[in-house]
Amino acid sequence: MRKLAIAFALASAALAAAPDMPRFRWENFTTANGLPDDHVFNVCVDGNRVWAATENGLGLYENGKWRVYRPADGLAHRAVLNIAVDKRTGDVWAATMSGLSRFSAGRFDNFTQLSSGLANDVVYGVSVEGDEVWIATAAGGSRLNTRTGEWSLFNERNTPMYEIWTYAVQATASKVYYAVWGGGVLEFDVKTQHWKDYNDPDGETQLVLYKDQGLIHEITTSVSYAEKDKILWVATYFGASRYDGRNWNNFLEKDSGLPSNFLNQVKAVDGTRAWFSTDKGLAYYDGANWAVYRPALDTHKPEMLVRDADGKITRVDVDTAPAHNYILGVDFQGDDIWVATGKGLSHGIRVK
Amino acid sequence: MRIPWLGKLKHAPPFTRLRLGGACFSLPVFVCLAVLASAAAGAPAPRYPSPVELAVSPDGARLFVVCEGTDEVVVYDNRSHSIARRIPVGRAPKDVALSPDARRLYVANSWSDTVSEIDTQSLAVLRTLPAGFEPNAVIVDRAQRYLYVANRIGGDVSVVDLATGQETKRLLAARGASYLALSPDGAKVYATHIYPIPGKWRTPPQSEITVIDTARQMVIDRYRLDNAAGVFHVALSADGRLGMAAETRPKNLVPLAHVEHGWVFGNSISVFGEDVGEPVQIPIDELDRYFTPPFGVVLARDKSMAYVSTTGSDSITVIDIRRLLEFLRTATPAARRALANDLSASAHYVAARIPVGRGPKGLALSADGKRLYAANRSDDTVSVIDTAARRVVETISLGGPANLTPERRGEQLFFSARFAFQGHFGCANCHIEATFDGLPWDLEPDGFGVDIVDNRLLENIEGTEPFKWNGSNPNLETECGPRTEKFFYRSQSYDGQELADLVAYIKSIPARPNRFRRPEGEMTAAQERGKSIFERTRKKDGTPIPEANQCAVCHSGPHFTNQQLADVGSGKPTDRSPRIDVPQLTNIALTAPYLHDGSARTLEEIWTVFNPADTHGVTNDLQKDELNDLIEYLKTL
Repeated sequence: MRKLAIAFALASAALAAAPDMPRFRWENFTTANGLPDDHVFNVCVDGNRVWAATENGLGLYENGKWRVYRPADGLAHRAVLNIAVDKRTGDVWAATMSGLSRFSAGRFDNFTQLSSGLANDVVYGVSVEGDEVWIATAAGGSRLNTRTGEWSLFNERNTPMYEIWTYAVQATASKVYYAVWGGGVLEFDVKTQHWKDYNDPDGETQLVLYKDQGLIHEITTSVSYAEKDKILWVATYFGASRYDGRNWNNFLEKDSGLPSNFLNQVKAVDGTRAWFSTDKGLAYYDGANWAVYRPALDTHKPEMLVRDADGKITRVDVDTAPAHNYILGVDFQGDDIWVATGKGLSHGIRVK
Repeated sequence: MRIPWLGKLKHAPPFTRLRLGGACFSLPVFVCLAVLASAAAGAPAPRYPSPVELAVSPDGARLFVVCEGTDEVVVYDNRSHSIARRIPVGRAPKDVALSPDARRLYVANSWSDTVSEIDTQSLAVLRTLPAGFEPNAVIVDRAQRYLYVANRIGGDVSVVDLATGQETKRLLAARGASYLALSPDGAKVYATHIYPIPGKWRTPPQSEITVIDTARQMVIDRYRLDNAAGVFHVALSADGRLGMAAETRPKNLVPLAHVEHGWVFGNSISVFGEDVGEPVQIPIDELDRYFTPPFGVVLARDKSMAYVSTTGSDSITVIDIRRLLEFLRTATPAARRALANDLSASAHYVAARIPVGRGPKGLALSADGKRLYAANRSDDTVSVIDTAARRVVETISLGGPANLTPERRGEQLFFSARFAFQGHFGCANCHIEATFDGLPWDLEPDGFGVDIVDNRLLENIEGTEPFKWNGSNPNLETECGPRTEKFFYRSQSYDGQELADLVAYIKSIPARPNRFRRPEGEMTAAQERGKSIFERTRKKDGTPIPEANQCAVCHSGPHFTNQQLADVGSGKPTDRSPRIDVPQLTNIALTAPYLHDGSARTLEEIWTVFNPADTHGVTNDLQKDELNDLIEYLKTL
């Protein structure tokens, strides 16, 4: 970060030359204005409804008001780690620390390892594609066919998965990807029904011997597949990766605009653009330039930094910033963005 | 040959006419002809139309009657008083709906998992549309773009695009989704459910009315129905301000020892909508007479009256809506909550009871509201009721065989409530439509909470004796005879012939198609793996599994029961014996909850919760995915 600060000082005079990156006015939510809890693990947008996965309940923001759902309302567990919305039905799937909840028009139906075919009650991720719900648990992947009720489990016995701590999942019509914490990335081809794994060619070390020759690290936390462009984005605790089906392109703090190698999530806009949730701010990459949004790490004042393709960093004057620099996830609402942080949920209202 | 209903028809009022295909027979001649025809050597078993639902054309000229027993829609011409056509449809059709322009008729074929689309002019089947598991009800949206189909086994509602003929999605309803109604403005579809929502063991049953927004095709609300289980038809007033759903309120948590006090079933209507505010449940029973189970419900266009068919009571209950709304308006909130159990309440709003044929099910009103039609499932007729006079003015025969087999006579008894004290309930109250009700019951007067028993499916049970969970009834004659009279009905029950007929019927109840088997019969990979686990004789480490603890030993034979008693460790301190009857596994996927007392909410819980010591088969050496495989196999049985 010292290098970043120096670079910023050098480039501050060249503000007018900074690439035109998205600008936001940030509105932040905490328990003070209705959020269930300030620890927000994830956020999911469904039209005008915004769902917040927090450590103490599921929050729904609609028409300017928060509604909170907790175990007393039927939620499987108070700690909600991930949310997926079935766009066809509006049903909400909530991954919790003690099972999977389906919330449909006010009714919760819960699935646990005892009452259903779910692999494990610690559910980190969930994704819906068609009639199938894909689930990432601490004991492998699960898939529920909502028409037949059939559960299928995926683990070291029927996939190339050598580590079963699945941390995130994204299902699309053509591919399903699991981020396996400590086990790289697992790909399921819907057409062929075959599994394939992607791993760090350096093994489990934190060294980067072969930077663009494979996944950046085995400890993956998030996957995001831009299906139209057939590009896979991967977040790890040691950098990010982009894979086009043939070539890997990795991003590290030292040679990109990432503010940190510690990533909690990546969310693709398309094959070129993506948002990165790091422990040191929210980053956006447009294929050439980078922008970082956060409270400054030292002064905590609102900060927006832009890094152009040549590595020149400029500061953009801003009045607001996300609630905290520890970012866990984002979702899009038109041009706006919603950001889950360690100390509140932020709504980035696009101003430019 | 004894024909029980013959005497009844002989004493029918003179305006009651028995018609068949335009010809009018005198009854004795008609019966003799039919009996003789049936007696011909090698004649196939007679099929009875068993009408369950019906629709009236807007001009009142035609009746479309769904006959689940003969897999057809009977088109009856009201002008010529004759059957115009019999249209074959799919298996076990359950519902019919006219499109808003009345040019199309849609029929839900419950055993084919399809919907038949019929041209009302040519009376030809145009298309066979897809649906979910066991479509039981169908409705067309106002724009005639989408079809909504309630799937009973799926517990969901299919949305079918009528332009493409493709199912676009399934919406989560609740267990046993069975009946639908479209709001008059076309904005909402309401769905009801014949089985309760699975809940915690020994808690009051709960159901819901699922509300679907037709613009977004999403579920937007769920009206909770406390203490309700079997919920049947739902209907709305023409102004859309009042909804009514027919339901039973089983009192399964207390010992079945107080039939005389009304403590077995309440027969109610859930009333909802702007006219009443918070939904309220109103009883239709009287202090000393029960009308059960309420099934069909229709509302007069002018919102003056509601008509409710009560299948086991062979009657239509007429509710004066204005009196009802006034009664509810003056009731305090506390009184409204207590209303469902107040047997004196119905005197405030029940205007009449109209006797009709046997086993009335679906109802339909003519457009002018002057005629009400009731499909009488048990005697293959349609009662035509003059709504002003409140009496049957015509009985239309659908041409069912005149000779009644023992099975048919038994079926009539099964669906009748006339044997129980004050007509309180019949077999079909718990065994809803000859299935089950998803509830554990505290049946006999052995004290609160002693020997709780789960209600079992009746399909294909011949050869599974003994009966009762403790195996104390060696045959169905014992199960359904004096025991029923003494412990259930508290009234003189079936005579010898009736009991024999009832048993014949129960033995004849077939198993519905299993939705988890592939049409070609081969198993999926998971089912194959599960079968191997079911049939294994050794644990994964090679240790032999004692014969008595192998799945396929106790669950053996054609019904997957060895017909013995076994202690599988599921006994509770409140059970008088831990040894229970090994149950058959027919269509086991449908019949949650499980174990003898219904304490396992899902198949998984049988082993994840209630088999810690491997006393109910050896499962603790299985991985979770292997247990899933075992369950996938069990679902095919």
